[in-house]
Amino acid sequence: MKRLIVFIKQVPDTAELRIDPKTNTMIRTGVPSIINPFDMYAIEEALRIKEKWGDTEVIVATMGPPQAEEALREALSLGCDKAILLTDRKFAASDTFATSYILSKAVEKIGDYNIILTGKQATDGDTAQVGPGIASWLNIPSITYVKKMIEVKSDYAKIERLMDYGYDIIEIKGKFLMTAIKDLNEPRIPSFRGKMAAKKAEIPNWDAAYIGAEDKNIGFLGSPTRVVKAFSPPPKQGGIKTEGDDIETAKKLIANLKESHLI
Amino acid sequence: MLKMKYELTEEQKELVAIAHQIAEEKIKPLREKYDEEQIFPEEIIKIFGQSDLYRVFIPEEYEGLGMGVFEMALITEEISRVCGGIALAYAGSALGAYPIILFGNEEQKKKYLPKIAAGETIAAFALTEPDAGSDAGAVRTTAVKQGNKYILNGTKQWITNGGYAGIHSVFASTNPSKGIRGMSTFIVEKDFKGFEIGKKENKLGIRASNTSELIFNDCEVPEENLLGKEGIGFRIAMKTFDQSRPGVAAQALGIAQGAFEEALKYAHQRKQFGQIIYSFQAIKFMIANMAMKIEAARGLVYNTAKLIDAGEKETAGYSAMAKTMASDVAMEVTTDAIQVLGGYGYMKEYPVEKMFRDAKITQIYEGTNQIQREVIAAQLSKQVSRLK
Amino acid sequence: MDKRNIIVVGEVNNGNIHHVTYELTSKAAELGERINGYVEVLLLGYSINKEHIKRLFETGADKAIIIDNEKLGLLNDDYFVANIRKVLERENPYIVLTGATPQGRAIIPKLAIKLHAGLTADCTDLDIEAETDLLLQTRPAFGGNLMATIKTPEHTPQMSTVRPKVFKINENYNKKENIENIEFEETNSLIRIIEMIKSEEDNVNLADADIVVSGGRGVGNKENFSIIYDFAKKINGVVGASRAAIDAGWIPYPHQVGQTGQTVSPKLYFAIGISGAIQHQVGMKSSDYIVAINKDTNAPIFNIADYGIVGDLFEIVPKLIKLLD
Repeated sequence: MKRLIVFIKQVPDTAELRIDPKTNTMIRTGVPSIINPFDMYAIEEALRIKEKWGDTEVIVATMGPPQAEEALREALSLGCDKAILLTDRKFAASDTFATSYILSKAVEKIGDYNIILTGKQATDGDTAQVGPGIASWLNIPSITYVKKMIEVKSDYAKIERLMDYGYDIIEIKGKFLMTAIKDLNEPRIPSFRGKMAAKKAEIPNWDAAYIGAEDKNIGFLGSPTRVVKAFSPPPKQGGIKTEGDDIETAKKLIANLKESHLI
Repeated sequence: MLKMKYELTEEQKELVAIAHQIAEEKIKPLREKYDEEQIFPEEIIKIFGQSDLYRVFIPEEYEGLGMGVFEMALITEEISRVCGGIALAYAGSALGAYPIILFGNEEQKKKYLPKIAAGETIAAFALTEPDAGSDAGAVRTTAVKQGNKYILNGTKQWITNGGYAGIHSVFASTNPSKGIRGMSTFIVEKDFKGFEIGKKENKLGIRASNTSELIFNDCEVPEENLLGKEGIGFRIAMKTFDQSRPGVAAQALGIAQGAFEEALKYAHQRKQFGQIIYSFQAIKFMIANMAMKIEAARGLVYNTAKLIDAGEKETAGYSAMAKTMASDVAMEVTTDAIQVLGGYGYMKEYPVEKMFRDAKITQIYEGTNQIQREVIAAQLSKQVSRLK
Repeated sequence: MDKRNIIVVGEVNNGNIHHVTYELTSKAAELGERINGYVEVLLLGYSINKEHIKRLFETGADKAIIIDNEKLGLLNDDYFVANIRKVLERENPYIVLTGATPQGRAIIPKLAIKLHAGLTADCTDLDIEAETDLLLQTRPAFGGNLMATIKTPEHTPQMSTVRPKVFKINENYNKKENIENIEFEETNSLIRIIEMIKSEEDNVNLADADIVVSGGRGVGNKENFSIIYDFAKKINGVVGASRAAIDAGWIPYPHQVGQTGQTVSPKLYFAIGISGAIQHQVGMKSSDYIVAINKDTNAPIFNIADYGIVGDLFEIVPKLIKLLD
């Protein structure tokens, strides 16, 4: 049997984030959690590969607090076969170095696999580092920003990677990790039966000891970076507002832009 | 307050959530174009299928979920909230499938229902003819037995999903001299010899729904595709409507809900005379009335659907009430919603003019609201002797 | 005190040095003045433009380390990681800076793991902490709703990827040319770049643009997008779009600005027929100056626009084009 591993992250729904106008801080309470949007493309691609290959198991995994189980259940409802929650107080405050280490240890624990898939980046941290980081720990190739799978077999793939000049066509032999962008596919809607089965699914919790993660590489102490401070940027406010679409309005705008040396 | 809470089971909540997600993410972005260009939503049908929505009204033995009219109505309402036309690609298949569910034999059910459950194909209900509308008994399509086949001849009109359905429940007369007692029902596959799709109608509303003419030209139907027995076609039609009418009511309810939500939202954004128009009594009372009417209709629709599912026998009157009430409310609410949006409401950029056009059909099809009132009145009259 | 190496891992496309490399070189020189730094620019590529290399010394480099090989003409991540790693291990830098471009974001996270270094992605500000001489790296998170300043106290190198166009190029350093050429070392790689496709459609360098002209749902259809293209051309801007326009198929994905597209911070951003959902705002609200054109006076885009015009884009944009003639 072939195996695909998808790493996802539960993130706050950015669309629901609000800034407290008095304190200029982000209001996080009451903000619903969702699967990181980029990870949805990774899940969808894994399911499509499974449909193409047959005889394939899709394992979805995430690291997070117990409530991250919700994200895993959603992934199961879409058609993933198994879910694993990596949860341990020791994992708290892991930066991208420690996180990619923990996830790579989970891969080793899972055993053999063909492809690891994840989103290009998470919409909370926005780092895009964990995917390639996992590949680095595992010493496998990573292909970032995948926009198209031209061909995918159990030990060979031909892929398009989006770059700023266009895209690269890449051939990979053996196992690899890929990060997905929106262009890759359109995620499906969960099925009713999938949702009901996902509610009942057993989701094993794996901790540091179980995956053999060494303390020196995990959590706060295992993280090379430290957050010195976090702050909200000054709120952006509306400026000039005019009504109408006559030539005078257009002239005023051009004058304003020239005055501000913007054009 | 946007929608009254009802005690829904975990499963019902999930179904509504799925329908909501499909409506918001998949249907909303294309409803305007599909309405404008009268495009049939084939890719949405695929999504309904993949997400198990067609399984809801199919019995478990035939790869369905074995759920009831209530669940079908909940889903239809939620889809209709966004597009009353595309909702018919869902509810119309239920209408086409009910004759098989209710009157099909084991073999017929086994052959056809799993396909409908999976959304592999959709079903259509073919009764109406140019001269047989409200007077359903006047069908002129004939079915003549020849050996182990029936030969169908005639034309059906305004058939929902007609141009795309793979399976049609077709009503034809096997004995014209007997009038409605001579009507029979056949399962007709679109590939049967002599079956043709006629012209596609150009409609006021529900334009993303396909409404077609079906032509039977010496159409050969194997005798095993007769539903029940000869002569019970009218009963099949009436029993089917008892099941499906809450679906039309739910469609109307959803359309009304969608228009009400648009009006409420707009009234809080639009400023005139330096304030939001919701601050004007003329506007907010209109919206309060919308909310009241919708909730009253919803209570009637939901309870009727639940009564049917509970096996209650005398539901025809309530079914008729639910359909009539909800569709009249839909027409009133969508009319007022355009009024709230004013000139913008009349323009195609906002969805309320479409909702207004979509609402109208719900007062007409599956029995006009005038026929429904006849039904209600007849049912009431039957009970008069009970009054002391 | 010994000199502290600050290495800028540069980027070469088609033999040309990417402008972010100069931006980081200048910034490295500026930071270096405060920590006794020595700025080295490491370049991997094929047939790297000599004039471009010279310019590194004008913009602040003390030394350039060049690995020029045909095999580095295309971005094989494995070749880049292995060859950069070798140089970094030899040079033992205090700080490593790279552009937060698709290339930088593909390679640097892998190196950070190999070097057991702290890496901060997508920085928009860099500074030195006075008491400790540590690099302070400031970056946005939560789509720009939150800024975090990060440091790496106990691990070197302190690594950052930095967004292009954040720092200015300073041409006045005039340092002495000092170039070391290193042989490319071939390593095992299971990947092969078959082809690099320069596609008009995908070549949307929004992150680099000074002016971005974005169209949204209000543009109405694919054909109408030509008005956005015309205006962008006239004003020397790059065309962007909201998700609604992408999802409707009016314009391809690489143009998308916002949460599931690109984050941009140009000097001037035009939001035309874009209502400004939060998901769009997170991709563009750090632009210096935002102009919004929308019919709907209640569109949220006006809450963040420096200059808003409530009006019909099909009236106003052609007039703007004419006025710019």
